[in-house]
Amino acid sequence: MIPAVAQQIWCVAALLGTTALAIASSRSRRSTALVYGATFAISLVALAGALFSLIARTGATELTLPIGLPWLGSHFRLDALAAFFLVVVNLGAAAASLYGLGYGSHESTPQRILPFFPAFLAGMNLVVLADDAFTYLLCWEFMSLASWALVMAHHREPDNARAGYVYLVMASFGTLALLLAFGLLSGAGGGYGFAAIRSAQHTPSEAALVLALMLLGAGSKAGLVPLHVWLPLAHPAAPSHVSALMSGVMTKVAIYGFIRVVFDLLGPPSWSAGVVVLILGGATAVIGILYALMENDLKRLLAYSTIENIGVIFTSLGLALAFQANGFGLAAALAFTAALFHVLNHSFFKSLLFFGAGAVLTSTGERDMEKLGGLIHRMPLTSFVFLVGCVAISALPPFNGFVSEWLIFQAVLQSPDLPQWVLKIMVPAVGALLALAAALAAACFVKAFGITFLGRARSPAAEAAGEVDRYSLAAMFSLAALCFLAGILPGLVIDALSPVAQAMIGHRMPVQANDPWLSIVPIEESRSSYNGLLVFAFITAAASLAVYFIHRFASRAIRRGPAWGCGFADPTPAAQYSGASFVQPIRRVFGTLVFQAREHVDMPAPGDLRPARFKVDMHDLVWERLYTPLTEAVWFLADRLNQLQFLTIRRYLSLVFATLVTLLLVLAIWS
Amino acid sequence: MHNLAFDIAHLLAGGLVLISFMMLYQDRLYALLNIFALHAAVLAASVAWQAFIQNAPHLYVTAAIALVFKAIVIPVALHRIIKQLGIHRDIETAVSIGPTMLAGMGLVALSMVLMLRVTGAADPLAREDLAFALSVVLLGLLVMVTRRNAVSQVVGFMSLENGLVLAATGAKGMPLVVEISVAFSILIAFIVIGVFLFRIRERFDTVDVGALDEFRGERR
Repeated sequence: MIPAVAQQIWCVAALLGTTALAIASSRSRRSTALVYGATFAISLVALAGALFSLIARTGATELTLPIGLPWLGSHFRLDALAAFFLVVVNLGAAAASLYGLGYGSHESTPQRILPFFPAFLAGMNLVVLADDAFTYLLCWEFMSLASWALVMAHHREPDNARAGYVYLVMASFGTLALLLAFGLLSGAGGGYGFAAIRSAQHTPSEAALVLALMLLGAGSKAGLVPLHVWLPLAHPAAPSHVSALMSGVMTKVAIYGFIRVVFDLLGPPSWSAGVVVLILGGATAVIGILYALMENDLKRLLAYSTIENIGVIFTSLGLALAFQANGFGLAAALAFTAALFHVLNHSFFKSLLFFGAGAVLTSTGERDMEKLGGLIHRMPLTSFVFLVGCVAISALPPFNGFVSEWLIFQAVLQSPDLPQWVLKIMVPAVGALLALAAALAAACFVKAFGITFLGRARSPAAEAAGEVDRYSLAAMFSLAALCFLAGILPGLVIDALSPVAQAMIGHRMPVQANDPWLSIVPIEESRSSYNGLLVFAFITAAASLAVYFIHRFASRAIRRGPAWGCGFADPTPAAQYSGASFVQPIRRVFGTLVFQAREHVDMPAPGDLRPARFKVDMHDLVWERLYTPLTEAVWFLADRLNQLQFLTIRRYLSLVFATLVTLLLVLAIWS
Repeated sequence: MHNLAFDIAHLLAGGLVLISFMMLYQDRLYALLNIFALHAAVLAASVAWQAFIQNAPHLYVTAAIALVFKAIVIPVALHRIIKQLGIHRDIETAVSIGPTMLAGMGLVALSMVLMLRVTGAADPLAREDLAFALSVVLLGLLVMVTRRNAVSQVVGFMSLENGLVLAATGAKGMPLVVEISVAFSILIAFIVIGVFLFRIRERFDTVDVGALDEFRGERR
């Protein structure tokens, strides 16, 4: 029996082999089916292995390969945390591969995607498996570059080149921060192995610096505000199944890096770390979902909603830090498990929604919601699973989104026990932010579903849409089924997550499997409990009864009245409720502050025949206040340094010489 | 015996530094080449002496390479190049000699202070050797920086490389492979730069690197 980690490494090798296969068969027409079929099979094997080692609690297995730095080699390790994230990665990968089997056949330039897709999967697997700083950073960069290549797959479309450029800059910046963080962690001795880092002592100031660098590095990949700017550009630019992977899975790999360093390698946290993470998480959640609400491009809306969910996850991690710093093991385990549960859930429904957006894109060629509408008649199955995804992401029972957010709120409710006043005040405030974000998310997905699938078609393309192929539907239906199952059987998931919490926090949530009727009880029965199955049964029964009674006593009864025009007084579809009009109240309440939104009505003078115009000015303050000055400063400096390009040979030598002498002088004075 | 060995090594390395100063002083090309040949010869003697006191016969090879290539072949070749180019009467003064000499003294003082402090634990012979070697390297760089003529920059570069060889032989147990590769790299650099000089000559009618800048429309 080969150890579990070796099995995963073999899967990665097989994925890299698939990359070679994709390059070799790029001229063949069967290439698409071959590559996605192979990645599907490999991901399933890797998923099975990871799931087995998570549930069977096989313990950590290690492997050292003689590649990489000659005196170091590459260390890989599969423990409970890695196993959980491998489950997330490979489940998303399997679904995306299955979806790609159908979606990929519409691709105009498959040879730009096929080689990088397995490489991207391999990169994400390797990051989670890495067990030394060098391997980790190398695999991280590999993952970033592979995903960048996928973002640039359709490089001729407008804005995609810019998206790729912004992504590349932000990814490099993030890796720089990670590099510095790992440099600090391994110290002057250069203990690059995670085991050495774990056993080393870190001073409080060092730990604070590492936390800040990890928030920059992992946060820029995950999409923490204000480092999120690349995400709504790059995620929609990629092909939809890759968007699903980037949004649903790659952001989770970034969260894995954060958890690995902050909870595992850094040692016991301080409560102030929790405050920082809480504030960032809460702000990210609200700002992300406000951006999503204002968006009319379906895929960009989903990307912004990813930012919101990352904020929710980080908030929960911040709670776990705060509880752990104060020695509240059970509450910390609750918050940590909730964060992981949300990681899993978000990977389910965000992938599902991106697949749905991809299905809409293939059958209509449109991403702009204002040109869609009425798709529920032409794509009933896609509409159904998209609705499931929307309900799940809006945190409505009985689906999975509700369970994880409910668990997070249960953790928030533990905050009065905390001794620090800052936390006592901060945690409920952040809880209120989360509640606001959840409500706005619900509004956002009512808009996403309603404008896209309900009403009448707003363009000929939407009118001519048809149902997508069976592979895509299979991928979407299996994810929808997972959303449902995780929603009604949350106890199983919580129990499967317990070894991760045990390893990272030192405590675990109470065993849920013994509770009657599949209830979950986060702390104790007298405080709170939730039963997804019961809620589902109640919703089903209540809804069926309501339908029955309405049908029996209202709609079948004969009534006499004036003919009703179904609300369509105006025959043009453009007169329907639009996405912008749907969010107008929210824009008026929040947008004036967050986006500096200003409305102008341009009324023609009496006698003038031109139509009146209504205009809304919105500003992306993060770009304007942070990134624009930054780029201007960089341009200014680059302009000054430009003169260095045109010196004489002797001047260059003098520069080298002066630098050398200065360094020697510094050495002579300091040592 | 040991004291004598140390003194002679010290003398030769110190002599190398002194000759570097002579190089700084010379502004005529032929004289500069002659002094470079002397530099290389003293280096060869120093390396040979190190070979003798370290009982390391392979260092004799390095000494021979230094003597044959650097003290004879390259100076002769450069002589011919200068004659072919007709620049043997050129005098060059990018930076005047007084400040250059003062800067050189400062550099030697710096390398002494630095090396003697950094290598506190090493054996005294290696310490002195490294301090002198660093001085030679820095002086070689100074020659390159203060000259405008390509030939004298080449000479400065090679004297810098002599300093590297001095450092390499001063440390016990340095494998031969390194010296040979370094010596050959220098030879290759010489060839490349020589070819480069002829290119310059063809196109600009001078080997003053300032001509390159004029060609690019730059001002010095």
